[in-house]
Amino acid sequence: MMRNTEERRLTVAELLPACEELLARGGRMSMAWGWFPGSTAREVCYLAAPGPRRPFILWRCGVTHETLPSLAARAPALSWHEREISDLCGIPFSGHPKGHPLILHAGAEPVMPPLNPAYPREVGMPFTRRRAHAPEVAGSDIQELPFGPVRADVMESAQFLFFYLGEHILHYLPRLFFKHRGMEKRFAGLSAELGVVLAERVSGVGSVAHALAYCQAVEAACRCEVPPRARWLRVLMAELERLYNHLHYFGHLADTTTLKVGQAEGKLLEERVKQIHAVTGSRFLRNLLVPGGLRCDIHPCAELAAELGRLQKDVNAYLKQLAHTGSYLDRLITTGVLDREMALAQGATGPVARASGLDEDVRRDHAYAAYADMDVRVPLRTAGDANARAEVRAEEIEVSFALMLRLLARLPAGEVRAACQPAASAEGLGWSESPRGALFYAVHFDEQGKLARVKIRSPSFSNWRVFQYTVRDSNMMDYAINEASFGLTIAGCDR
Amino acid sequence: MPVWTLFGLTRPVASTRWPGEGGDDGQAGVQGMPRYHADKCDNGCRECVAACLPGALTRKAGDEARLNMDYGRCIACQMCVEVCPTGAMETSRDWAFAVRDREDLKWQEALQTPPAQALKARVEGAFRNSLYIRHVDAGSCNGCESELQALNNPFYNLHRLGIFFTPSPRFADVLLVTGSGTYAMRDVLQATYEAMPEPKWVMAMGTCAVSGGIAAGGYSSGHGLEGVLPVDVWLPGCPPNPAAIIHALLMLLGRAPQRVRGGRCE
Repeated sequence: MMRNTEERRLTVAELLPACEELLARGGRMSMAWGWFPGSTAREVCYLAAPGPRRPFILWRCGVTHETLPSLAARAPALSWHEREISDLCGIPFSGHPKGHPLILHAGAEPVMPPLNPAYPREVGMPFTRRRAHAPEVAGSDIQELPFGPVRADVMESAQFLFFYLGEHILHYLPRLFFKHRGMEKRFAGLSAELGVVLAERVSGVGSVAHALAYCQAVEAACRCEVPPRARWLRVLMAELERLYNHLHYFGHLADTTTLKVGQAEGKLLEERVKQIHAVTGSRFLRNLLVPGGLRCDIHPCAELAAELGRLQKDVNAYLKQLAHTGSYLDRLITTGVLDREMALAQGATGPVARASGLDEDVRRDHAYAAYADMDVRVPLRTAGDANARAEVRAEEIEVSFALMLRLLARLPAGEVRAACQPAASAEGLGWSESPRGALFYAVHFDEQGKLARVKIRSPSFSNWRVFQYTVRDSNMMDYAINEASFGLTIAGCDR
Repeated sequence: MPVWTLFGLTRPVASTRWPGEGGDDGQAGVQGMPRYHADKCDNGCRECVAACLPGALTRKAGDEARLNMDYGRCIACQMCVEVCPTGAMETSRDWAFAVRDREDLKWQEALQTPPAQALKARVEGAFRNSLYIRHVDAGSCNGCESELQALNNPFYNLHRLGIFFTPSPRFADVLLVTGSGTYAMRDVLQATYEAMPEPKWVMAMGTCAVSGGIAAGGYSSGHGLEGVLPVDVWLPGCPPNPAAIIHALLMLLGRAPQRVRGGRCE
């Protein structure tokens, strides 16, 4: 029984009708994952979101047939999830619009599906690179550009395949998962407490969001009540993380629009936030979260509020200056338009979704930590272009400052950690609104109370899928700006 | 863009003078690798070994009471400090952990006399004041990239030290690698190294690049650069902070001394 969800068991035949009914009522499919609950048993879990503020529904389907029916044609947001399940759990889906592997690169030959518990723990996959899947493109003067995986400057590794004619991009395909480290598998066998050390290192710039979603999944499984002070401090940490990520985003966006002073100022403001973090011991706010609360108390004194106040003044001046720079706005407005229908169907999340008119934020809709006690304003735009995505983030910075300053003024005293012991075979779902969107952790414990399966749905996984549709039929000059405006990570997506 | 010019001119100088005299390294409060006090580790419990996710702490074969501590595997998560009942592990500010010899990251009972600066590859005079880096992410969590990107922010202002990032391996002197080396990045990494002209150096940055860290092994991840590329500087940390990266680069150039020997920071 997975806590934090309403659970339903479905047979293979019931999957498609259930999906159609959900979509007809305005719901969305959030994610799907496979796992091996017994030595031979296999199960696929689907997470359905029937609508804002309504509890998540978990569909569980034992895999007894050779294949499962693909739901990707009806719910495109599930497309990558199904391909991941095929690659890592060896469960094929019939009728999938794109059948080729997603996670595993062409030439990787695991001896058995890697997530099978019988897979030898320390044995790497044999790999001889083979030509990767590429669409057939015919026509004169069409150029093919594989860009990456080693790209200019300091970047995460990924390859982008462009087919273009002059400036015009005809087709674009991101080739990700060069960085696939098998992080989900590494959780298997760990204690709940050690798992958080791993969760903090799935995506470095999302350390808090990942650790928080993980902790909340474990706490749900253990029916653990986190003390109020810890819940409030968790909000502080999550908002501090949002702040430096968003400031980095503006620095990077200014860079792609060749605004050098704007870039320097954004990166400097980011550095100031990281130096504020360091009072907790880590520039990434690591080593604090743990299932049950916090590993140690932090005492954000009056100094922190004063420091944030000074920072807020400089951040406001910076963002105002950006919003009044014609050359910068010219490059953003109408660039990389994602319309509402596409955002909804393909599973966009976070600022990207909110810039396309999807009014959702799990901090408000499925409040966790201390967000229920706070008024979280959710900024919204409908233009769906790079400028809308930047504006949503600018307003989110404002909201973050307001939340932090209000919270610091009335932080409750008391304990910061409660006991958190998982029962045998406990299961839980946790989520958090990372700077990039909704992040989910699904946690299954085994009979000894150790982690058996941890599934991570990072917002970048969802948004990379959406992103490609905004590139096709755009032009090469705008690509870097468009990519920066999405603000994606690759480590979170690749895991 | 006169408005932005004015905006820039009205701001004070943001760059630190560190490592110059009186400069701020910007790392106040940052925790480094925990210090191991062997004299306080006496009851033979296994608490820290069980709490060490990347396996930096292991039991010494044949000696029930003693531990092996390999800082090349340490992610500074401070779990060992929390669980140790006798205070043998202590939180420290030791983050300048760059070494030339991988063995120097392993804690040693007694310090041998320091080797007579037998450098694997000496950086020649011409490179000492101008160094070009090609970074390759071989499967990191992006924490290392975040800190590398920070080097070019106005506070650290890496350019002032004559060190630059270059897009092309053809122009690079140093290959700076982050991440454990996943199966899909291994051939890419090798190709980048081969594309660099001689003389060239390699720096393994972050615990993942040194030993694989938390991602070591498994079906798709690697064990860092050992046996993959000839490494000149090893810099563990999860991630190493920007000042630690600057120290490591200056050490490679012979402009800063190595601070760690036998797993102890001066």
